[in-house]
Amino acid sequence: MYDVIIIGGGVVGSSIARELSKYDIKVLLIEKEDDVASGGASKANSAILHAGYDPVPGTLKAKLNVRGNEMFDELCKDLDVPMKRVGSLVAAFSQDEVESLYKLYDRGLKNGVKNISIISADMVKEIEPNINDTIVAALYAKTAGIICPYGFVIALAENAAQNGVEFVFNQEVISIDKEDDVFTVKTQDKEYFGKYIVNAAGLYADVINNMVSDKRFSIHPRKGEYLILDKEEGYLANTVIFQVPTKMGKGILVSPTVDGNLLIGPTSEDIYNKEFRKTTYKGLEKAIKGAKKSVEKFNERKTITQFTGVRAVPDVDGEDFIIGESDVKGFINVAGIESPGFTSSPAIAEMVGEILKDAGLNMVEKDNFNPKRKPVIRFNELTDEERNELIKKNPAYGKIICRCETVTEGEIIDAIRRPVGAKSIDGVKRRVRAGMGRCQGGFCSPRVLEILSRELNADPLNVTKFGGRSNVLTAKAKEYLINSYKELLKSGV
Amino acid sequence: MEYDIVIIGAGPAGLGAAVEAYEKGVRNILIIERDSYPGGILQQCIHNGFGLIEFKEELSGPEYAERFIEKVRKYGINMMLNTMVLNISSDKIVKAVNQENGVMEIKAKAIILAMGCRERPRGAISIPGTRPAGIFTAGTAQRYVNMEGYMPGKEIVILGSGDIGLIMARRFTLEGATVKAVVELMPYSSGLTRNIVQCLDDFGIPLLLSHTVIEIRGKERVEGVTIAQVDENKKPILSTAKYISCDTLILSVGLIPENELSKSAGIMLDPVTGGPLVNESMETNVEGIFACGNVLQVHDLVDNVTKEARLAADSAVKYINKMLIKEGRHIDVKAGSGIRYVVPQMVNYENIDDKVKFHMRPTDVYKNAYITVKSGDKQIIRKKMQRLTPGEMILIDVPKDKFLSDDLSPVGEITFEVEVV
Amino acid sequence: MVKRELTCIVCPNGCRLVVEMEGKEIVNITGYECKRGLKYAEDEIIAPKRTLTTIVKAEMGHLPVVSVRTKEPIPKELIGKAVLELSKITLKPPINVGDIVVKNILDTGVDVIATRNLYSK
Repeated sequence: MYDVIIIGGGVVGSSIARELSKYDIKVLLIEKEDDVASGGASKANSAILHAGYDPVPGTLKAKLNVRGNEMFDELCKDLDVPMKRVGSLVAAFSQDEVESLYKLYDRGLKNGVKNISIISADMVKEIEPNINDTIVAALYAKTAGIICPYGFVIALAENAAQNGVEFVFNQEVISIDKEDDVFTVKTQDKEYFGKYIVNAAGLYADVINNMVSDKRFSIHPRKGEYLILDKEEGYLANTVIFQVPTKMGKGILVSPTVDGNLLIGPTSEDIYNKEFRKTTYKGLEKAIKGAKKSVEKFNERKTITQFTGVRAVPDVDGEDFIIGESDVKGFINVAGIESPGFTSSPAIAEMVGEILKDAGLNMVEKDNFNPKRKPVIRFNELTDEERNELIKKNPAYGKIICRCETVTEGEIIDAIRRPVGAKSIDGVKRRVRAGMGRCQGGFCSPRVLEILSRELNADPLNVTKFGGRSNVLTAKAKEYLINSYKELLKSGV
Repeated sequence: MEYDIVIIGAGPAGLGAAVEAYEKGVRNILIIERDSYPGGILQQCIHNGFGLIEFKEELSGPEYAERFIEKVRKYGINMMLNTMVLNISSDKIVKAVNQENGVMEIKAKAIILAMGCRERPRGAISIPGTRPAGIFTAGTAQRYVNMEGYMPGKEIVILGSGDIGLIMARRFTLEGATVKAVVELMPYSSGLTRNIVQCLDDFGIPLLLSHTVIEIRGKERVEGVTIAQVDENKKPILSTAKYISCDTLILSVGLIPENELSKSAGIMLDPVTGGPLVNESMETNVEGIFACGNVLQVHDLVDNVTKEARLAADSAVKYINKMLIKEGRHIDVKAGSGIRYVVPQMVNYENIDDKVKFHMRPTDVYKNAYITVKSGDKQIIRKKMQRLTPGEMILIDVPKDKFLSDDLSPVGEITFEVEVV
Repeated sequence: MVKRELTCIVCPNGCRLVVEMEGKEIVNITGYECKRGLKYAEDEIIAPKRTLTTIVKAEMGHLPVVSVRTKEPIPKELIGKAVLELSKITLKPPINVGDIVVKNILDTGVDVIATRNLYSK
C-alpha cells in the first residue's frame, strides 16, 4: 500500500515526486511510456523559464509562474541541471505593438515579476545585434531563462528515486476504483493500491479524472511545431525573443537553447486527436516565416531537427490550471498544466504538498533527505587534467561514442545505470545528448544500441528507440532469406 | 609526442597519404583513427567497383582498404586506433583522447586532414510527420547490415538516389527485404548510372524522379510514407500524393565533408563543397595543413581519393623539407556558368610540376556539351563531354604551360565553364 | 535491324553502348571506350553476368558477418539462388581476404571468396 500514487512522469509528476520524497511517506509514480518526460509536453516545449508577465493577475498561472521561476536557481544547483538566466525580450516592431508592451509590463508588476523594463530599440540592438532593424522597443525581463526541459525532469526523477520514490514504466492506467479509503489503480498488467492519488497525467489528465470523479472535464490538445538549428546559428539570439501577442496568436519565438543551438517556434494549432503529434509542411513554414519577423538572418537550411509539442489545454474559464482535491476525497487533480506549466512546476509541487497535508496525509519530514542529485560527469565540460584523472579511474571515459557532441562511453553507461536510467536510444540521447548533434545519431546510434544491449542484457533486436514497439532492428542478417528459402522448400519448388 | 606528419583519419585518404609519405622518405608518421579498425567507410562498402584505376582490378571496399592496411603494417607506420581528435590548433598541435593515454597533445610539422564526410540527416531536409523508429541514413543501414549483421527493416522506401542509397537497395533485396521505391527529388539521379543499372534495374526497383517524401507515418515504428511529385521549384504537387506502406525509410540525401576540426584550426571552408579551400598542393590556408579525400570534396570514386591523398602527402613531404614555395604567383580558380565548384580553388604557379588536376561538378545535366577553361576572354582548354551530370565528378588536367599568358607570365585567374552547343 | 542501348557497368565511366542486332545476331557495337566494354555488351546481350557481393554469417569472430564476393561475374539469373546458398553457411575465424568460402558455386566454375579478414574474438 502506497501513501501516494502519482500518475504521470512529466515535469509535474516528477516535481511532485521529488517534493514528496522529502517526507517519510511511501510514494509510487506510474508512467505509461518507458521513461520520464517521454510522451507529452515535458519532452517537447519551448525550453524556457517564463518571467511571469503573461498570465492574468490573480490566476493560479500568475502566482505559480512567478514563484516557480524563483525556485529554479537552487533546484538546478542541487540537481546539476544546466540553466541560464539569459532574460527575455518581447519585441515590438510597430508603435501599436509598443502599447501592448505596456500592458504586459503592468501585468508583470501586478504579478510581482522582478527586473522588468521597457527598453528602446538601441538598447535592444545592444542585447540582440541580430534582431531585425525594424525593432521599435521591447519588454526586457531579466529573470527569464533557458533550460533543457527533459534534462530537468530526468534530474527530478533521479533525485526522487534516490530518496525512495518508486517508479514503474510502461504501465498505462486503465481504471481507478475507490473502496474504504483505498484506491485501486489498475494498469494493463498490474494493480497498485494507494491512499491518495495525484493525477498528473498531462494530456490524459481528463481521462484519469473521469475514471474517478463525477466532475468531468476535458483537456484539448494544442499543437506547436518547432525547428532546431545547428549550433552555427546559435549566435543569432542571446535572449529568448518573443513577439507581441496579437489577435492572430502569441507569435513565434527565437531562442538560444542551453546547449547552444537556435530554437524557433512554436506554431499554435488546436487539434482534435492527442496523438497527432506530427510536424507538417504548413506548420514548419509558418514557424520559419513567423520567426523571420524577429530575426531574418537565420538559415533554415541549417535545421538539424524538428518536433511537435502538444499543450494540455483545459476547458475551464481562462484556461487556468486545475489544481486541487476533486469531489472524490484523496484524489487530487493537477491538470491543464499548459504554458507556463514548466516554469510553474516546482511551485505546483509545493502546493500539492500542502493540499495533501490539508487532506489529512501525515507528512513528517525525513532527516535523511538528500536534495542533491548524484553529479553527472560531462566529459565535454572537464579540463584535460580532470579528463585524464577520470580516464585513469575508468577507461570508458576515454572512448568517444558520439562525435558531434563529444559524449563518452562512460557517460552513456552511467546514464543507463543511474536510478530511473535510460532504457532506449532516445533515453540515452535525452540524458547525455548522444545523437543530438549534426549527424543526428548517424554514427553513434549503432554504438549506443550495442551499449544498451550489453548493459540491459537485452538482445539487440529488442532495443527500442523509445520503448513499446519502437524496435530499431527487425531481424538478424539472413533471417529473411532463410525464411524465404524455407517457404520455397515447403512449396516444393 | 612529436611527429613529422600527423594524419587524421585512417580511411582511404589517410591510409593512402601515409603510404605515400613513407614511400617519399618520411618515417616519423602518425595516423589517428577513431574506429577500432582502419579502413574507414570502405569497411562497410562490401560491393565491388573499387580499384579499377588504382589496381586494374575490381575489388570490394574492404579488399581495397586491406591493400593499404597491409602496406601501413609492413612499413611499420604508427597508427593510434580508437582515438578521437578533439581539436587542432593553427600551430599544428593535435589534441586527441583514447582509453590508454587519456588526453594527449601531439605536435606535428605537417598535418593531413582525412576525416571524410558524414551523411545529411533527416532534419536537414525537413520531412514532416511523426518521429518513429525505422528511419536510417543509408550509411547507418549499411553498417548494420554489412558489419553488425542486422536488418533495419523488411519493407523499405529509399529517399534520395545517391550511390549509397542505390547500393543499399540491392543489398536489402539480396538479404530478402523488399525495396518498394527509390524516390529522388531531382529530375536526375545523383548516383552513378552503373549503379542504377545494376542495383535498381536488375531487380525491378522503381526509381521515381522528381518525387519526394512529404510525410512519415507511424507512431512507434514507421508504418508508411506519403510521396508526391514535385514541380520545377521542388515544391510537392499535393494532388499527386500517394501512400506507400513500409516499415523503414532510408535516407540517401547527400554527404557533407566533416570539417569541425578544420574550423578549430582556423581553416577557411568553401561554402559550396563544405571542404577547405586548397591550392594545387592540397594545402589549406593554414600553412602546413593539407586536406584530401571526402573531407575536402565528396568523391564518386575511391581511386580518385587515393590520387588526391598522394598529392597531399607529396606536398606535406615537400613542406617539411622546406621545398614547398609559399611566395609566388597565385592564380584564382573560378567556377563559371554551369559549374558548381572547382577544387583546388587556387594555384601557385611555382609549385606546379607539369599539370594541375581540377575536380568539378556541373550544376545540371548537359548532353554533348564542352568544358572550357578560360583566362579572361582567352580559351585555354576546350573538352567535349558526352554527358554531364551533377552525380558524376569531372576531372580536367590543365598543363603547366596553359597557365601562362602571351607575355609568359602566369595569368591572374582561370574560369571553368560548361559550354552548351 | 534493332538498336539496343546499354550502360556499361564494368567501371564507373558508365559508357553508353549501342548494340545493333539483326535477329539474335550482334552486327555492331559502338560507344565503348575500352575492350571490357565490348565484352560487357556481348555478354549482356547473350548471357548477362554479375558479380555477387554479399555477407555470410560468422561465429566466434570479431564481427558476426563476413563480406564475400564471387571471384568472377556469374550468370545474372543465378544471383538469387547463389545468395540462398550463401545464407546456409557459417564461417569461423581465422579468415583472410581472398580465402575461398564456397568453391565452384552452383557449378558456375566460379569461387566465392572472403573480402574481409575475420579474427578470433
